[in-house]
Amino acid sequence: MEMKLSRRTLIRTMAGAGGGLLLGFRIPGAFAAAVAPKPWTTPTGGEEINAWLAIDVDGTVTIRVPHTEQGQGALTSVSMMIAEELDVPWDSVQAVFADMNRHVNEGEEYIVTTTHGSQLVRQQHPHIMQAGASARERLKAAAARAWGVERSEVVAKQGMLSARGHSAGYAEFAGAAAEIALDREPAIKPPGEWWLLGRPTPRLDAPAKVNGSAHFTIDTRLEGMVYAAVQSCPVPWGGLRSYDFDAIRDRVGVLAAIELKAVDGRTSTSDMQNGVAVVADTWYRAKTALDLMPIEWDYGPEGDVSNATQAAHAGRLLEEPGEVSNEVGGDVLGMIAASERTLAAEYHRPWETHARMEPINATVSVTDARVDVWSPAQNQAAPLAVVAEHLGRDTRDVFVHTGFLGGAFGGNGGGSTAVTRQAAEISRQVGRPVQVIWTREEDIMQDKQRPPVHTRLTAALGDNGLPEAFFSRAVWFTHRGVERIGPATADYSIGTMPYLVPNRRHERHNVAAHIPTATHRAPGANQNGFIIEQFVDEMALAGGWDPLEWRIEMTQGLERWQRVLLKLKEVSGFTTDLPRGEGMGVAIVEDHGSICGACATVSVSRSGQLSVEKVVLVMNSGYMINPRNGAEQIEGSVCWELSHALYGGLTLADGRFVNSNFDTYNLMRMHQMPEVEVHFALSQDGWWGGMGEPGGPPTPPAVANAIYFATGKRIRSTPINKHDLNWS
Amino acid sequence: MPFTLNVNGMAHEVDAEPETPLLWVLRDNIGLTGTKFGCGIAQCGVCTVHIDGQPVRACSTTAASAVGREITTIEGLSDDNSHPVQQAWIEDTVPQCGYCQSGQIMSAAALLSRTPDPSDSEIDTAMAGNLCRCGTYLRIRRAIHRAAEIARG
Repeated sequence: MEMKLSRRTLIRTMAGAGGGLLLGFRIPGAFAAAVAPKPWTTPTGGEEINAWLAIDVDGTVTIRVPHTEQGQGALTSVSMMIAEELDVPWDSVQAVFADMNRHVNEGEEYIVTTTHGSQLVRQQHPHIMQAGASARERLKAAAARAWGVERSEVVAKQGMLSARGHSAGYAEFAGAAAEIALDREPAIKPPGEWWLLGRPTPRLDAPAKVNGSAHFTIDTRLEGMVYAAVQSCPVPWGGLRSYDFDAIRDRVGVLAAIELKAVDGRTSTSDMQNGVAVVADTWYRAKTALDLMPIEWDYGPEGDVSNATQAAHAGRLLEEPGEVSNEVGGDVLGMIAASERTLAAEYHRPWETHARMEPINATVSVTDARVDVWSPAQNQAAPLAVVAEHLGRDTRDVFVHTGFLGGAFGGNGGGSTAVTRQAAEISRQVGRPVQVIWTREEDIMQDKQRPPVHTRLTAALGDNGLPEAFFSRAVWFTHRGVERIGPATADYSIGTMPYLVPNRRHERHNVAAHIPTATHRAPGANQNGFIIEQFVDEMALAGGWDPLEWRIEMTQGLERWQRVLLKLKEVSGFTTDLPRGEGMGVAIVEDHGSICGACATVSVSRSGQLSVEKVVLVMNSGYMINPRNGAEQIEGSVCWELSHALYGGLTLADGRFVNSNFDTYNLMRMHQMPEVEVHFALSQDGWWGGMGEPGGPPTPPAVANAIYFATGKRIRSTPINKHDLNWS
Repeated sequence: MPFTLNVNGMAHEVDAEPETPLLWVLRDNIGLTGTKFGCGIAQCGVCTVHIDGQPVRACSTTAASAVGREITTIEGLSDDNSHPVQQAWIEDTVPQCGYCQSGQIMSAAALLSRTPDPSDSEIDTAMAGNLCRCGTYLRIRRAIHRAAEIARG
C-alpha cells in the first residue's frame, strides 16, 4: 500500500500553553518545523467550532485529543470518530493534544480525559462523535443562513457544503458556525451509515515516530533546566535515615541534594515515598553522584517480607473462609464434600511490573508567574491538580503539556504519578526547571506493581462429566491503601465466569501489602484468566470432554460467547489428536466488555524446550472502528501477556524487589514472538467492548493448555520457563 | 576537557567527562533526543546508534570512544523519512507507543546495510537486542523485508 506523506499527516506533538509563552521549548534536530508546538487558540490560523476541532482556511481540520497517546491509538481513534461525523476527507485531518488547563478551568468540555480501561472508544464514542456531528450541523446552519435556505437543504460532505447551486468549503463558515446555537443537538450516526469508521486506517502518528521527532515527556528541554536522579527507600514506605551530600557536593555539575518526604497517611499513587534526589546540570552527572552518595535507610517493619512469607500467608488464608463475592445455587462446599467425583488444584501468579520502555520521568518548571508540567500520567488533567495542590497554586496558573507516552499499560493511571510531585518539589526548591528521570532500576523497584494471587479451585462433576458444583477461593496482595479490593482484580473471569455451573461460589481474601499496586493491562483477567481457563481444561478432561466442546456446551444460549467459540472452532483447527511434543490449547476470557478466544499451538522438545508457534485469536468487541489498529492491539496484547507468563515474575526479598533491570526481569523478544492470527466475530447488537487489553488474558492459558497436551504437565504457576517441561 | 564528536555529519564540541555514555552526550549536551534511554545496561536497545556504520548501544559506549568516528543517530537517517526502513515503518504503521522505534530502526538499517536481503532468522538475530513492550515485533520483521524490497527499487 502506498502512503503519501504530507505536512498534514504529521502530528503536532504538543499544543502550546493557553495563550502563554512556552518557556524556551525547543525540539532539536531537523524536524522542528514538522512538530513545532502551536497554541491551541490559533491552530494554523483556523476557526474553532467547538473545543474539539478547528478548521483552517485551507481546509485542514485540527482535532484536539484530550487523551494520552500511549501506543493504543487515541490520536487516530478520536480523530476518526470526529471526522466520521464532521464528514471531512481523512487526509485533511491533523491531531493535537488538547489543552488541559482549559479543560480543568473552563468547564471540563472534554468530559473524560482519562485514558485507561480500554474505554476510549467503547464508552466515549457517543460524546466524541456528537462533537463532530454538532460541528457539522452548525456549519450547515451557518451556510443555510447565508444562502437563505433551510438547514435541511444543505448537504455537508467531505469538507464541502452545498445547497441549491451554492457551494463552499467548511472553512468559509467555520467562524459563523462557532456562533450558532442549535435547538437540539443531533444524534450520532448508527454504524450502518459509517463511511470512515470500520475501515482499516493507518495511525496518524507513525511518521513522527520513525525519525526521532515525536516528543515524549523525557524529551522536554527548557532553558535553564537541570536534571535530578532520585532514589526512594527500596522497601516502600521505609524511611531515609541519613545521606551525606558532602561526599559528592564537589563533583562537577552537582548542584544540590534534596530530601523527598512521604507524608503520614498519604499513600495514594501520586504521593511521594521517602527518598533523596541529587540535582546536577546533566542527568548523568546527577545519577553518578547519587550512586556515590552514602545513604542509610530505615527499612521499617516490612523489611522481612518476601515471596516466601507471602506464600505462607496465602497458604494459611486459603484454609479460611473469605469474603463471598459470587454465589449461585446451593451448598457448594457440602456438595463437593459429598461427591465422589471431584478435583482440586492450586494456582499462583506472581508480582509483575509495567516496565514501559520509557522510564518514569517528569519535568516541572515552577516560577512566580506560572507552573509548567510534563508528566507521564494517563490522565493529563491529574498532574495539573496534583501539582497545583502540592505547590498551593491556583489551577489556572498550572499548564500541563502533553507529550507522547512511551507506554503506560495502567501503571501511569490512578491520578498521576509520584514522579510529578517529586519534580514539582525539586523545582520549587532549586528555583529552576527540573527533569526527574528514574533509572530503570528505580522504575522497576518503585513501580506500582501488578499484584500476585494464590487461588484454590475445587469442583464436583455430575454423571455427564460436567461440573455440578464449583468453588474458588483467592488470596490477593494489594496495596494497603486499597481498603477493599474491587471486582476488577479479584473477581473478573472467575467470580464472573460465564459457564453455566448450577452451584458455584467465589471467595476472596485481600492482604494489605506495603507494595504499591496498580492496574496492569487487563487487570484481574490477566491473572484469573490463566487460572480459570486451565482449570476448565482440568474439569473438561476429568469429565471426558473435549475442552473446546466443553466451553461451547457450558455457554449455550450466551450469544456473544458462542459467536467467538464457534468461530474459533472454524478457524483454529483445534485438535487434541497430536503426537507427543506437540499441542494445541484453547481459552476464552471476557475483559473490559469484550470476549476474546485464543487457540495456541506449541511444540516442546523431549528435553523441555518450549516453542510457542502460533496463536489464533477471535475477538468479539461488539463493534470496531478500525480493524487495523484492532489487530495491532490484539497482537501487542499477546506479546504483553506471554512476556509475563513465559518469562516474567518479580522476586520479593527483604521487603524489596530483587529484579532490577532487563537482565533480571525478562521480556519477550522478537525471536520468541509467535505467529499471531486475528479474527473478529462481532455481535453488533448495541453493546461495545474494549480493544486495547482483552487480547492478552486468553493467550497464556491457551499456551499452558497446549503444553499439557504436548507434555502431560499441568503448569499452574508462572513464569512457565521456571518449570521443567521435559517428557519421555 | 572539551572534545569533538562528529554526529550526523556535523562537528559538535562537547564539555563532558570522557567516560560519559554517548547516549547522555547526545541527549543532554548536543540535544538530539531521538535516541532514547531505556535501561542503561545495553539490554533493551532503545539507545541504538551507528558508529562507523555499526550498531552500538549508546548507553554503554563512552563518548570518548566515539571521538574521530562517524556517529549516526535516528535524526541523521534521512531528512524526510525517505530511508527505506522509515518508508517501510510508515507503510506498515509499525510504531505503537514509538519509544523503542528509534533503536529498532537503527538496528534494522544497520542490518540491511550489511545484509541487503535478510532471512527471518537473520532478522531475529540482528534484532534480539531490541525490546518492544507494545509487541510490534511481527510488523518490525515484515517491515524489514519490505524495506529490503524498497531499497532494491
